[in-house]
Amino acid sequence: MAETVVEMRHITKKFGEFKANDDISLSLHKGEILALLGENGAGKSTLMGMLSGLLETTSGEILINGKEVKMKNPREAKDYGIGMVHQHFMLIPAFTVLENIILGDEPIKKGVRIDYTGAAKRIKELSERYQLDIDIHAKVRDISVGMQQRVEIMKALYREANIFIFDEPTAALTPQEIKQLMKIFGALAKEGKSIIFITHKLKEIKQAADRCVVIRSGKVIDTVNVADTREEAMAEMMVGRKLRNSVEKQAVDQSKLVLDVSHLNVEKKGQARVKNLSLQVHSGEIVGIAGIDGNGQSELIEAITGMQKIKSGTVQIKDKDYTNKAVRKITEAGVGYIPEDRQTVGLQLPLTLAENLSLKNYYQQPANKYGVLNYQYINEHGQKLIKDYDIRSRNELEPVGSLSGGNQQKVVVAREIASDPDLLIAANPTRGVDVGAIEYIHEMINNERNSGKAVLLVSFELDEILKLSDRIVVMHEGEIVGEIDPKDTSSQELGLMMAGKKVQPNVQEAAQ
Amino acid sequence: MNLTTTLMTILSTTLVYAAPLIFTALGGTFSERSGIVNVGLEGMMIVGAFSSSIFNLSFDRMFGDATPWIALFVGAAFGCLFSVLHAVATISFRADHIISGTVLNMMAPALCVFLTRIFYDGKGQTPELNDGLGTTTIAGLSKIPFLGKVMFTQTSLVAWFAILVSVICWYVLYRTGFGLRLRSVGENPAAADTLGINVYQYRYMGVLISGFLGGLGGAVMAQSITLSFSISTISGQGFMSLAAMIFGKWNPLGAMGAAVFFGLAQSLPIIGAYIPGLEGINSVWFQVAPYLITIVVLVLFLGKSVGPAADGENYIKSK
Amino acid sequence: MKFKVKSSWVVPLVAIIAGFVVGAIIMLIFGYDPIQNYGSLLSGAFGGVYSIGETMRNMTPLILTALGFSVASKAGFFNIGGSGQYLMGWFGSVIVALHFSNLPGWLLIIISILAGALLGGLWSGIAGVLRAYFGTSEVITTIMLNYISLYFVNFAVKDWLAGKGADSSPNIPAKASLRGNFLENLTANSTLHWGFLVAVLVCFVVWFYFNRMKSGFELRSVGLNEQASKYAGMNVKQTIIAAMLISGLLAGLGGALDGLGNFQNISVSNSLPQVGYDGMAVALLVNYSPIGIIFSALLFSALQIGGMSISVFSDTPTEIVSIVTAAIIFFVAIKYVIELLISKYNKKQKSKKMTIKQEGSGE
Repeated sequence: MAETVVEMRHITKKFGEFKANDDISLSLHKGEILALLGENGAGKSTLMGMLSGLLETTSGEILINGKEVKMKNPREAKDYGIGMVHQHFMLIPAFTVLENIILGDEPIKKGVRIDYTGAAKRIKELSERYQLDIDIHAKVRDISVGMQQRVEIMKALYREANIFIFDEPTAALTPQEIKQLMKIFGALAKEGKSIIFITHKLKEIKQAADRCVVIRSGKVIDTVNVADTREEAMAEMMVGRKLRNSVEKQAVDQSKLVLDVSHLNVEKKGQARVKNLSLQVHSGEIVGIAGIDGNGQSELIEAITGMQKIKSGTVQIKDKDYTNKAVRKITEAGVGYIPEDRQTVGLQLPLTLAENLSLKNYYQQPANKYGVLNYQYINEHGQKLIKDYDIRSRNELEPVGSLSGGNQQKVVVAREIASDPDLLIAANPTRGVDVGAIEYIHEMINNERNSGKAVLLVSFELDEILKLSDRIVVMHEGEIVGEIDPKDTSSQELGLMMAGKKVQPNVQEAAQ
Repeated sequence: MNLTTTLMTILSTTLVYAAPLIFTALGGTFSERSGIVNVGLEGMMIVGAFSSSIFNLSFDRMFGDATPWIALFVGAAFGCLFSVLHAVATISFRADHIISGTVLNMMAPALCVFLTRIFYDGKGQTPELNDGLGTTTIAGLSKIPFLGKVMFTQTSLVAWFAILVSVICWYVLYRTGFGLRLRSVGENPAAADTLGINVYQYRYMGVLISGFLGGLGGAVMAQSITLSFSISTISGQGFMSLAAMIFGKWNPLGAMGAAVFFGLAQSLPIIGAYIPGLEGINSVWFQVAPYLITIVVLVLFLGKSVGPAADGENYIKSK
Repeated sequence: MKFKVKSSWVVPLVAIIAGFVVGAIIMLIFGYDPIQNYGSLLSGAFGGVYSIGETMRNMTPLILTALGFSVASKAGFFNIGGSGQYLMGWFGSVIVALHFSNLPGWLLIIISILAGALLGGLWSGIAGVLRAYFGTSEVITTIMLNYISLYFVNFAVKDWLAGKGADSSPNIPAKASLRGNFLENLTANSTLHWGFLVAVLVCFVVWFYFNRMKSGFELRSVGLNEQASKYAGMNVKQTIIAAMLISGLLAGLGGALDGLGNFQNISVSNSLPQVGYDGMAVALLVNYSPIGIIFSALLFSALQIGGMSISVFSDTPTEIVSIVTAAIIFFVAIKYVIELLISKYNKKQKSKKMTIKQEGSGE
């Protein structure tokens, strides 16, 4: 067996009283690709934070190339040849790619001046050797997510890293970009570099990893050879029980047209984000919008809900025009909206649970009378929803910001569903939420459909889209590039369409 | 007055008024590029004006003509010292940047007038300085036909120095490793941290440089314009500098350009009378012009002008 | 002992004590007697009905500029223009009181006060509109508007109100004054006027507005997060403008009450009225609580009124009082440290108690 480059022994990490990592041990060999599998909040990122010098261990030891090390900051980790590619890229959008790569390790000429030409030359050599396509003079804010990731990899290569840590590297990539990344993984491993990558996607582990460490609630459940282990087995280890993979769909009337978007165009900062898009959602159906982050889904939804100005085209809800109407008018038309970002859009974190649960109806009787708020009503309304939707909290006067992510999302879902909307719009409703809450939220959304409501679902998680939708439309660069039936579609096909390949609804089988 | 003399008067008055603003606006640029909002520039200027005046009055026999120039340095040093308060509060103690800056603006006049009364028998104003920074005719350059007369005759030497300093500041911020790192902690401190850049250290440097330059600006004000120190020595120049920094888009050269423009506006009440066609206008218009122009410029040309991305955000490192 | 005080009072109390300690240390350094000076401060502020009357009178503009600053802050804006708005309010009330002097007294008082408040509101409203529609930073615009108001009022007083060569307007007619025999008799001829009661009343009104009214809820919501407020269907632009308008209205009201009650006229000045900045300190100390502002204004007013006695009974410069004020706000600004120290202290006490308990149960 190849030599061991990293060994973590009995690592425990506490935040206050909470044990994020509990007696974790793992090892990594030269040239190996090791997967770290676990749910959100299982403690994967915390563990890697300690290996990359961002966090300090509470107890346990880390050995690099057989020697025990104590890393107080990322710079020391760098000196041991560790390079980390964070899930949320640690790049500076206002700087150029070149500046981002050399930042902190600038080559200096004549004592003070940065040697940009020398740096550029070295980066060019590296990018040819590892086939990393990057444009070093572009500003990071102008380049694609895929290239941003390559910049992150280049940052580590530039610092002569031998051990690469990737935190959820595929979260924002298309299936094709993922394939390319896996190739880069292979190239790195062949050059003798070692890789740890954090993920909760089993397919990628099967595709790329040699071994897999499964973590649950801060503890190592098992370390397995990927080749000898079935995906289902790993999934069960990850969540600790069997998962339901489908929801129960009842036959309902799907004839009524609820949302009718026609030839919609939306611009943001002078750029066309939604292009001549038409879309219909009927009662009793869930329409899923699949696509990579940043292809106009957010703008489409914001335009429908009144958050974003519409340049041309129309939005009709139940046969009435709601193009460019005020947010409140659209809400009152019977639209519930679970926004993508609960922390900055869907909730007022410092306000109480009760106030948040009334955020959409505080101005109506009986919550508001002659401009004075009736807090007795608001609090009772809050208590009721907390009970009905099983929101775990001390009481209705607790600030919503002190709840867990899953419970915060339940607050949003409760408020939007309790208003009994005819159209429910949900954008990534389970992002960053634990598995228990995911199942609950999926059920709530499906219940809406079963009771005859129209649902428009946007998600970057293909599994979520495939599980819930009656119909799937795929968005790419502001356009709908195809519509498919989830029952006879593979994620492969979906992936191609998400990357912009247009598929006609009727000829898709032939194309396959 | 002929055209050359009129232009010379306008330019030299403009430069005299611009010099304090240039230094202070450059100071603001360093602080905010590192991510610390600095509305306390006014307070830093007051400290610089006060300490330089005291130095000038106490040591002018010893240093003669060089006194005001050394006084500038003294003002800068004390401004730097005073800015430690802002740095500690915002960087180490997570204070709101605007509130902390406001404390500086409250503390500086209180402390400086308090000390003035102690040093000068209960009077709230220092005596007049014997040696100030007058105007200079730069040998050599003033011989250039036309331009030499307009730009380099009876001009403010310290203003030309300020312009030179702003070029140096630009070079430091945009061409050196120090500058790249300083800007990175103002854009995305978490990213800088992952690259081993000590966020707190660079932010401290940003604020201290800002205190140094702000103190220098205040000192220039006292040594070349008011020639004494009292509560009204610094009356809004710190805020004007802040506006110049924003107007200049947090870039040293832009800030310098804006400061020169504001210098022109500030000198209007004085030179307005010399400019043909402006003699009849009520002086209140000249007085409000700089402030009015600032607002109009901000509204028309900047709107949501974008500063450093993490400006005003406290960085809390998780352990 | 565990701190039993309501937690929101801890930071201000610690900050006040620390501020006075800083003042004492500075006095000691320069050879002044802090005990004597704080003693004369106390008696200067509360040593008799006259002093108490003066302290209460001085609270009036502090309360209102503080309330004005609080309303803007709750909506997420830093209205540093309290001074200018106060000055405009003062100017507005005096010019109306002088111009419409043939109206009956009660009406004259009402329209003079309204004129002042509206002018103050207009002044901050400009900043509100620019912020709402152009995104222009209110910090900069309100500062600039401060200086514009200073030069404008100086010009208007000189050119419109004052006689030739004079620097002050004539006094307002007695019927427009807010002073009254009752209050003067009660407080040994202090300058206490009815405006004080108005100011205290407005504190309760603002409290009700913040905590019980729909529009106050919207204002706080926009202050916390504009995006979420927009999502909830609130009209963000309108709320921004309303908040800035109310903010200036309150500061302007402060100026009007001071003009009609305290000064009775208006003069040319070469600097902005300090009270706008002091109002910020008053509000910051109690974290924008409208009821807390009454107590906070009492403290700062007492510092100012009592501070004048300091230089009467010793040669300590009165500015020591401003140093104490600034120090108090500095400690409020670093409340993170105060809270950290207190929680550490409480934890220690707790663990002590627990060890005692364990020892007790061990027996």
